[in-house]
Amino acid sequence: MIDGVARLGAWVLRTIERLGFASRFFVAILRFSGASFSRFRLTIREIYFEGVMSLVIVGVSGLFVGMVLGLQGYDTLVRYGAADSVGVLVALSLVRELGPVVAALLFASRAGSAITAEIGLMKATEQLVAMEMMAVEPIARVVAPRFWAGVISMPLLSIIFSTVGIFGGYLIGVVMIGVDSGAFWSQMQASVDFRDDVLDGIVKSFVFGVAVIWIAVLEGYDSPPTAEGVSGATTRTVVTSALAILALDFVLTALMFRGT
Amino acid sequence: MNRNRAVDFWVGLFVLAAIAALIFIALRAANASSLSSAAVYSVKGHFNNIGALKVRAPVRAAGVLLGRVTEISFDPQTFEAVVTFTINAKYPFPKDTSAQILTSGLLGEQYIGLTPGGDTADLKDGDTLEITQGAVILENLIGQFLYSKAAEGGMDKSGGSPGGGSSAPGPGAGPAGGAAGGAASAGGPAGGASPAAPASGGGGAAAIPSPPGMAAPAGSAKGEGKR
Amino acid sequence: MPEKHAVRLASVAFGYDDKRRVLQDIDLVVPEGKIVALMGRSGCGKTTILRLIGGVHRATAGKVEVFGEDVGAVDTDGLHRLRQKMGMLFQFGALFTDLSVFDNVAFPLRERTGLPERLIHDLVLMKLEAVGLRGARDLMPHELSGGMARRVALARGIALDPRLMMFDEPFTGLDPISLGTIGRLVRALNDALGASSIIVTHDVQESMQIVDYIYFVSDGRVVASGTPAEIRASAHPFVRQFVHAEAEGAVPFHHPAADYRSEMLGTVAA
Repeated sequence: MIDGVARLGAWVLRTIERLGFASRFFVAILRFSGASFSRFRLTIREIYFEGVMSLVIVGVSGLFVGMVLGLQGYDTLVRYGAADSVGVLVALSLVRELGPVVAALLFASRAGSAITAEIGLMKATEQLVAMEMMAVEPIARVVAPRFWAGVISMPLLSIIFSTVGIFGGYLIGVVMIGVDSGAFWSQMQASVDFRDDVLDGIVKSFVFGVAVIWIAVLEGYDSPPTAEGVSGATTRTVVTSALAILALDFVLTALMFRGT
Repeated sequence: MNRNRAVDFWVGLFVLAAIAALIFIALRAANASSLSSAAVYSVKGHFNNIGALKVRAPVRAAGVLLGRVTEISFDPQTFEAVVTFTINAKYPFPKDTSAQILTSGLLGEQYIGLTPGGDTADLKDGDTLEITQGAVILENLIGQFLYSKAAEGGMDKSGGSPGGGSSAPGPGAGPAGGAAGGAASAGGPAGGASPAAPASGGGGAAAIPSPPGMAAPAGSAKGEGKR
Repeated sequence: MPEKHAVRLASVAFGYDDKRRVLQDIDLVVPEGKIVALMGRSGCGKTTILRLIGGVHRATAGKVEVFGEDVGAVDTDGLHRLRQKMGMLFQFGALFTDLSVFDNVAFPLRERTGLPERLIHDLVLMKLEAVGLRGARDLMPHELSGGMARRVALARGIALDPRLMMFDEPFTGLDPISLGTIGRLVRALNDALGASSIIVTHDVQESMQIVDYIYFVSDGRVVASGTPAEIRASAHPFVRQFVHAEAEGAVPFHHPAADYRSEMLGTVAA
């Protein structure tokens, strides 16, 4: 019993220590970010590996999510004679919530875990130390470009997700089920506000992007330089990112959509 | 170097796709009304009850969106709500315009409906509207209805003057179609409390067809202390 | 006239935390222009010494001097400056897996110098030629054999013409041909560059042929040192056991354990 409490205490202390390290690491990334922009080619390369390579999964998932929203939404709305509003349902759900959140979750699982594994393996095979010995700061050369690439890619992916989803909702609602196309779009236009809904969604995806990529590079950089260490770090990235995304989503939604 | 060009190409395409998606959403899926920076002028109105009116609620006249509510506050002297809202500068309104808080649809959000008066002078930025009507409060409505039913069943008083504090049904011009139960009075002595209410019960709860005589005093419906 | 030292460690101690002290009291020097070997059992701290010299870790006690400057006391810019004079060859090469052989060798040149690409191209080819891999310049690291990877890493290590070269187990896991090649390259490049070298190794035969001086490290201390000839003739128990690959000697074969008979017969708890 006492042992359990002691372990809990130790865990809390370790977590606080880790949080401190994570914060200092974040500041270090910002400090060494100069090269990410002056040598933008480095960042572009990472945008390719993180963003472009995630396009397929984001696009396909967006399409299916939009189609399901259309299907489920129609099923419920038609009972109240409000089938014309299925466009509103699909668009608002995607733009405000599902776009940022689901795209961020997918990004964390695909790109986040890949980055953790990559950096972790570079650490395990002494590539980072080798770089250090060549007087090249690893954080500036390896970590920062990946960080900024993630921050840039995340909102882009989220917007694409929402758009493809809306198109999926259109496919189901108008093309398949037969809701009036004019009503579909005009209702949507009347209800989706660019500043309140779309921009807020983009702000959300930006925040998620920062969180996910920060966790990913941190876990990779801090991972034990062994096979088990890297695999554990990769798993932690996905799990911690998912929790962070959902928690931040709650906080941001409460702040933004208070409905006052 | 060739590999770099391919990478650049795909990244460029990626960014382009995202921009196109954003433009699509902006144009086709959303309305950018909140972004338009049209010139507006600001006007105030005092209401005895704003119901569920919120900041950024629409301001409409004849159903057309003309502005937004910008601020809702409370006047500690008159104990009334002070609502500040904007109107698109393209549309001047006469000084004796009246404002009413209405509901869009059965369960929809509340908005301010403007009805122009006949004054030759126009409202200017910062002016206060003189004639307002607050939101319908469901409890008052129910109370009025119950008492009117009781009055019909019991006593045999017919009509009666539109006395007391309760107001006549809303301006005939208006948005009678909007609210459930039209325009019974908000605020004022709650319908249920006053025994005088049944007197105007004839014009009570579901009084959509307002007696023609009511049209004129509609403007002063709010009674004392309003100006 | 005293020789100038490229590297000097004086009473250096180091531990990753308070419990594990890897190095207790190390004294060694690397004279300029010479090749020095650090030998000892696996895990005795030899690699840690290299990291202390490179400034990756900071000694908990004592002084680490490189070209006369205290590595532990110098600031970040100073460390950058010192590191530009050093080259390091890691045990398995530590090549950047996402870059080709050419780009790997070009890396330090591109990052640290402002030289134009044409010049870098020529320099890289020269370095690759020195290790005999100019024709492999477009291969990726995973396509290389162990020996080739190490040679590429060597080319990368000498890319900036360092004055101090450090080798972490350069001979481990190589076939005899590659062994001989690496050994010759280490000596030839050291002399050609006019540099000093430290080799961490436990390959006795190969290193004795190329180095000028040997230090033996055991239990965090330098237990013996000397030229190859002196070492071969040494009567020090640890040195004898090491050099002649004897199973028993100063270092026992058995890890400390309970009495064998008792444990097997069950009279002592396992």
